[in-house]
Amino acid sequence: MHPENHPTRPEPRGVGSEELSVGASVWLPLDRLQGVIDALRADGMRVVGPQVAEGAVVYRDLERTSDLPLGWIDEQDGGRYRLTQQAEAGVFDHVVGPHSLKNFLFPSRDTIGRFLREDGTWKQLEDLPPEPPLAVLGVRACDLAGLAIQDRVFLGGEAVDPHYRRRRESLFLVAVNCRRAAATCFCHSTGCGPAVTGGFDLALTEFSGRFLCDIGSLRGAEMLAKAAAGSPLDRCTADEVQRARQQSAALEQAMHARREVPGEPRPRSMEMEGLRDLLFNNLEHARWDDVASRCLSCTNCTLVCPTCFCASVTEVADLSGDHVERERHWASCFTLDHARMHGESVRSSTASRYRQWLTHKLAGWIDQFGTSGCTGCGRCITWCPVGIDLTEEVAAIRDAPPPQEATP
Amino acid sequence: MADRTASVRKPRLAVFKFASCDGCQLQLLDACGQLMQLADRVEIAQFLEASSRVDPGPYDLGLVEGSISTAEDVERIQAIRRDCRFLVTIGACATSGGIQALRNWGKIDEFLSAVYASPETIDALATSTPIADHVPVDFELRGCPVDPHQLLDVVTSVLLGRRPKVPSQSVCVECKSRGTVCVAVARGIPCLGPVTQAGCGALCPTHNRECFGCYGPAEAVNLVSLTGFYEQQGASREHLTRLVRGINGYSEAFRCESDRLQEEPDGVSTRERA
Repeated sequence: MHPENHPTRPEPRGVGSEELSVGASVWLPLDRLQGVIDALRADGMRVVGPQVAEGAVVYRDLERTSDLPLGWIDEQDGGRYRLTQQAEAGVFDHVVGPHSLKNFLFPSRDTIGRFLREDGTWKQLEDLPPEPPLAVLGVRACDLAGLAIQDRVFLGGEAVDPHYRRRRESLFLVAVNCRRAAATCFCHSTGCGPAVTGGFDLALTEFSGRFLCDIGSLRGAEMLAKAAAGSPLDRCTADEVQRARQQSAALEQAMHARREVPGEPRPRSMEMEGLRDLLFNNLEHARWDDVASRCLSCTNCTLVCPTCFCASVTEVADLSGDHVERERHWASCFTLDHARMHGESVRSSTASRYRQWLTHKLAGWIDQFGTSGCTGCGRCITWCPVGIDLTEEVAAIRDAPPPQEATP
Repeated sequence: MADRTASVRKPRLAVFKFASCDGCQLQLLDACGQLMQLADRVEIAQFLEASSRVDPGPYDLGLVEGSISTAEDVERIQAIRRDCRFLVTIGACATSGGIQALRNWGKIDEFLSAVYASPETIDALATSTPIADHVPVDFELRGCPVDPHQLLDVVTSVLLGRRPKVPSQSVCVECKSRGTVCVAVARGIPCLGPVTQAGCGALCPTHNRECFGCYGPAEAVNLVSLTGFYEQQGASREHLTRLVRGINGYSEAFRCESDRLQEEPDGVSTRERA
């Protein structure tokens, strides 16, 4: 995580008990987590959380903790995702599904303007559909990193996106420390996880039916105070907090120590050192044609990526031509339209489109925004219909330098 | 615009049917409740699905549903082309030959004797082919059936003189935009979504079914890679051949792939890497 992702928040004053202050940790049993959800909803927020639907864990509107995916884990590999039930699995022992915070802060289709023609003159209508503030439960470290990256894209430059900002400013985040990693996870390589280290309102670490809850913000403390009204929550001891931190550290160590086992999905990792120069120095590598022979140009990797931010704007008129809605919708560098100018696409080959995506994500992004665009969440690997794996593509380029360097 | 059209004659629209089920014409009849609005903008000179009145050409816009399936069709489409300033084909039958193009892989006489009590009364060509195989077509609107929003956009585009806004990207864009979970990745169901053009709003995957390719091949397709991966995951070559050889099976990309799947012996991995 990056230091700028951890805004300093003021200490809460006069909120609930003295125990509930930023930086404190309390025990939150599952039924008291319900109290947090109730408090958020009572505060007028839309609460979404992970739920099992359509064969995956996805974000859906959440009212009851009983709808959380208790006992489910996700097995992931290139082009493959399967849910299985496991007796000892907790509420949050799945990792990441196809949805991310992007689906809410930068929705796939967003009406950003409405226009009306009256007596031959156009006027812009100001009233965009209202939206309640959003609270998301179950956000992982990699997704907080993805959020920080999108913050830089939409809020960090000269042009601030008002639609993203409106949603972002009211966003309430209940983060979760992962206890396991899928084979496709490689946040240990990117440095984005698995431990949640900041940028949350509340953060949960699961221990057999209850959660160690870190308070990360004044709003987090307020909501917890509402949930604790009438029945105080137990403060965690220093040892208990240490145990929770140790759980994340142990997972990170285990991810570094993972080795390939025949018959099981290959555990992913990616060497990040010198990656920018490696890719920019290999723009003509034969591997781009190799991956293009497998790539479908279907756009899935870009659409599930929590940081990909390309969009296109269209104006949709009704048949009279007097009512126009300006719609922003997701775009992808894998479509021909994305690079179409003067009637032709300048990236007509799949090789050039895959290269554009990977070099932007892992190299150009650093020049543009100061960090890599990859969080190591592994979604692009899992949700590629033919299992193309960016860690494998990068490794292949790293392992086979271009001919002029290979021959002495 | 209303003022301008009032002072000049309204554009004349005609709808023609060839070998088809009429489903695409019904989409125009539905037209998202905008048919009356459309009728204000254009003169509907011929639309047998809606009215038995037939006004003679020439027409500004001709919408053609259905495939060329008889010797009479071959003649008729030539006359229609001469009568229409813009000719737009609508639906899978008109743009790729339709489901009835399955007969292109069989023997017409065998079909006729199996289906009809008196096959000698049937006068049909051995093949079902798209309109563009016979006459120049100004725009092909895909779908089985076509999407009424896209159909209205095409008609509006012709009226306004602009390019229709019909995406050529894959159905996956629509699944991901709706938040629909991928049936191929999460359930192991071979799905044509990654190689099929968007337009349906990912109707079948949203109902936990695979995409059947109703909108035909997307702009840049790699069928060999996709079917190869499905084979690795356990799908049979016969199943994949039938999947690809469906509603748009006779479109070039799908046709080449189903022929390849059928001709290459089973068990040959198309994804074998050194």
